[in-house]
Amino acid sequence: MDTATEILNLTVNGERRAFPTRLTVAALVTALELDMRKVAVELNREIVPRSTYGQVALHSGDILEIVHFIGGG
Amino acid sequence: MDAQITGNDDWTVAGRHFSSRLIVGTGKYKDLPTTAAAIEASGAEMVTVAVRRVNLSDPKAPMLQDYVSPTRYTYLPNTAGCFTADDAVRTLRLAREAGGWNLVKLEVLGPPPTLYPDMPATLEAAAALIADGFEVMVYCSDDPIAAKRLEEMGCVAIMPLGAPIGSGLGVQNPLMIQMIIANAKVPVLVDAGVGTAYDATFAMELGCDAVLVNSAIALASDPVLMARAMKAGVEAGRLAFRAGRIPRINAANPSSPLTGLIR
Repeated sequence: MDTATEILNLTVNGERRAFPTRLTVAALVTALELDMRKVAVELNREIVPRSTYGQVALHSGDILEIVHFIGGG
Repeated sequence: MDAQITGNDDWTVAGRHFSSRLIVGTGKYKDLPTTAAAIEASGAEMVTVAVRRVNLSDPKAPMLQDYVSPTRYTYLPNTAGCFTADDAVRTLRLAREAGGWNLVKLEVLGPPPTLYPDMPATLEAAAALIADGFEVMVYCSDDPIAAKRLEEMGCVAIMPLGAPIGSGLGVQNPLMIQMIIANAKVPVLVDAGVGTAYDATFAMELGCDAVLVNSAIALASDPVLMARAMKAGVEAGRLAFRAGRIPRINAANPSSPLTGLIR
């Protein structure tokens, strides 16, 4: 087992994050301790439909934006 | 009697019916409990919200949705902070995915200190959003020509500013607001500039369909009281508009008859 090749380097909300394993979007959201029902995810500038979070696999170099609603005018 | 006066005065935007003519923003409050209490007091049924990155370092922080339920209030996601059509479309696509909302508030602002609507960018973004299936309520300058163009493009509500965002100066150009209203077949809302209850009343007396208020409530010394005042102000203005005010005349006109006086 060469674990080095398994490292997943992502950019999430502008921050570089490394994960020791392969992840789907659903697994990433869970790993980040976010409530899946209250966020939306963009992967490499494309919306990821919530119904597909469990199927969309992430790859090193992926750039994600994870957003939610906050107060605004 | 009261029901006869106030009943059945709903307004409609993009096929959705609302009885409250006050839309409130959810920004600038000191905390989420105050946000919730003020919105409750305002009687608003629609609230504007912003879309931002989640804070990855504090994922369990309370969220707006925990205090202002999207099932109780119609969320109107905005594009605050977007300076291009591309940013606006990206932001609202995310909002749509987060909650399934097609009804959105488009605002593309110019730089401080005016934060005045950037109308060329607003028109471009409106076209892109409408093409993408959004129902666009659009923040715009108090320009009747631009307002008409936005309506003709398919925007579902026209929302000219009363005064610069957060200025609290009230409606600075009532003539243009009235001209926009007179020419529009979609709802017209004054968005931005309301400072206190009578500014909202004044906007409604001009014939606006509704008023959007954020800073004037959120930054008042007592936001919950001000929210209630805004509710009353909007209702008063709407009733006065429907009642039809007396003409202004530059002369006195006595309220008591001048005939039948004792001699």
